[in-house]
Amino acid sequence: MTIVGSIFSATGQKVRDALSFILLTNSGRVALPLVLVFAVLTLTGPWLGDWLPHAPTYMPSPMADYQFLPPSSQFWLGTDQFGRDVFSRVLTGATSLVITASAGAGLGIALGTVVGIGSGYKGGWIDEVVMRIMDMLMSFPTLLLALLVLFTLGPSRINIALTIGFVSMPTIGRVVRSTTLSLKTLEFVESARLRRESTFHIMFREILPNVMPVIGVEASVRLSYAILSVASLGYLGLGIQPPSPDWGLAISTGRQFLVSAPWIVVGPMVAVSLLVIALNLLADGIRESARRARE
Amino acid sequence: MLRFVLRRVGLMGFTMFLVSIGIFASTELLPSDAVDVFLGRGATEENSALLRAELGLDRSAPARYFEWISGVVRGDFGRSLYNRAEITPLIGRRLVHSAILAVFAFFVAVPTALIAGIWAGMRPDSKSDRVLSLVGLVGISLPEFVTGVLLILLFSSWLAILPSVSIILPNTTPLDRPQILIMPSLTITAVLFAYIMRMTRANVIEVMQTDYVRTAVLKGLSTREVIFRHVLPNAMLPTITVITLNFGYMLGGLIIVENVFAYPGIGQLMIWSINTRDVPLLEAVALILALTYAVSNLIADLSYAALDPRVKLE
Repeated sequence: MTIVGSIFSATGQKVRDALSFILLTNSGRVALPLVLVFAVLTLTGPWLGDWLPHAPTYMPSPMADYQFLPPSSQFWLGTDQFGRDVFSRVLTGATSLVITASAGAGLGIALGTVVGIGSGYKGGWIDEVVMRIMDMLMSFPTLLLALLVLFTLGPSRINIALTIGFVSMPTIGRVVRSTTLSLKTLEFVESARLRRESTFHIMFREILPNVMPVIGVEASVRLSYAILSVASLGYLGLGIQPPSPDWGLAISTGRQFLVSAPWIVVGPMVAVSLLVIALNLLADGIRESARRARE
Repeated sequence: MLRFVLRRVGLMGFTMFLVSIGIFASTELLPSDAVDVFLGRGATEENSALLRAELGLDRSAPARYFEWISGVVRGDFGRSLYNRAEITPLIGRRLVHSAILAVFAFFVAVPTALIAGIWAGMRPDSKSDRVLSLVGLVGISLPEFVTGVLLILLFSSWLAILPSVSIILPNTTPLDRPQILIMPSLTITAVLFAYIMRMTRANVIEVMQTDYVRTAVLKGLSTREVIFRHVLPNAMLPTITVITLNFGYMLGGLIIVENVFAYPGIGQLMIWSINTRDVPLLEAVALILALTYAVSNLIADLSYAALDPRVKLE
């Protein structure tokens, strides 16, 4: 863990610098606060659920009195087919979605980084074999691969995260590999080799810190893809299962009441769209600030 | 050229072989097999064993893989577990439906995206460029099922001019009621538009800064001539790759879009086979989708090589 620790302390200042750089771009100024709001929602979700006057999974009795109520001062976004408050469900829905997606994206980035650096640095037949396997994984459309893996593993939050990590690994692996290839001929790697540092040391203490900026740009894109995937899998009924307030799931179950009670789907639809828009804007901001930093 | 094509086709064949093993192996990992699905929980040991022998499931995995893949090569995907229907004609029908939707969506998305991309690329950072970028960003960000449900709310619930589900009646084709194609293809367009538009815009900006375009402008060619003779041919090359690569995205997008609109294509068939745990059907659909993806990648590579004289063929 010392390696991870040293990377974090070394990059702490860099992260602060990067954040101020990102805030200088237009998209960054819009995106960062939004992303922060969603981050807070994610962290407070379980606690919010208990605190809100209309708990998200709470079914009032008699249920019939509370079903399909349109938005009002008591229920801001109306109530759903079980008489549950849509607003509190939207607020708490962030937690499981964002945590599952972040775990998936994080796993994919970690796997992709290890595979990319290892394959790029080692080269030779290892590189050849690893890249052929990545080619094979990439010869599936991502959603198709995710559906197959999830079908085999069975739907659960951990399996969804594993699936998303697995399917996003090849893309990150390729990006990291090509960066590694251009880094490994540079002098600092050469001198580390002459110092007879271990391969492990060269890969993770010399090369990895220099791959980090590339991974940073990739991370926000990966996260927005992961959120789209978790929500889509939830919509298809193969992701997070009821009675979770997951947004994708809420939209697919609320869809059948579209004509009589459209408010059931509007809240989750706005929430998931805003979150992905914010992340994509953030990715634009990071890219823009990286470009400016180079100039 | 011929050697290049042969090499790429050979490589694709090898990849597809690995993919077929991957698909077969992943369904092998399932805790339950066809017999469990058939007989349910109340099955006795003898009954299960009998049926397993009858279906040939008691043989080794390699033997069953070989039987499956030799059938596939002959175009026979076996029978569905759900109703024992033959899979090949079923998939054929669904593929036609999906292809019609995909082609329809392509003809909506590609021209609009190209025009928008060229327009934005000719005037970077102008007001219209920013509006188009914003539209593109929203298009990329909204999940297909959100765009789809929004369209249903707008065109079916509110304006009541389009059907909210795209069901195809027996013995008809989607073309008998083309209005059912409109909302699904608009949903796909929302995402495709953004990708193609961004790429075209970036390429046009890049080409606009080259010396040969500056020369063309300085020697007094009209804007129209500069665009059509110099900018477009050079900006189109990477765009073609993006268009063909987006075919792969479309296969995934189709899975969701077809389910949102209950459109009976290959994507809806896939989710159906997952929900009914119909393994032979799922294997067949997955293999067909992967093959379609591989072929579209091959076409992307070949068209790039054929169109760009600078690409050296090994």
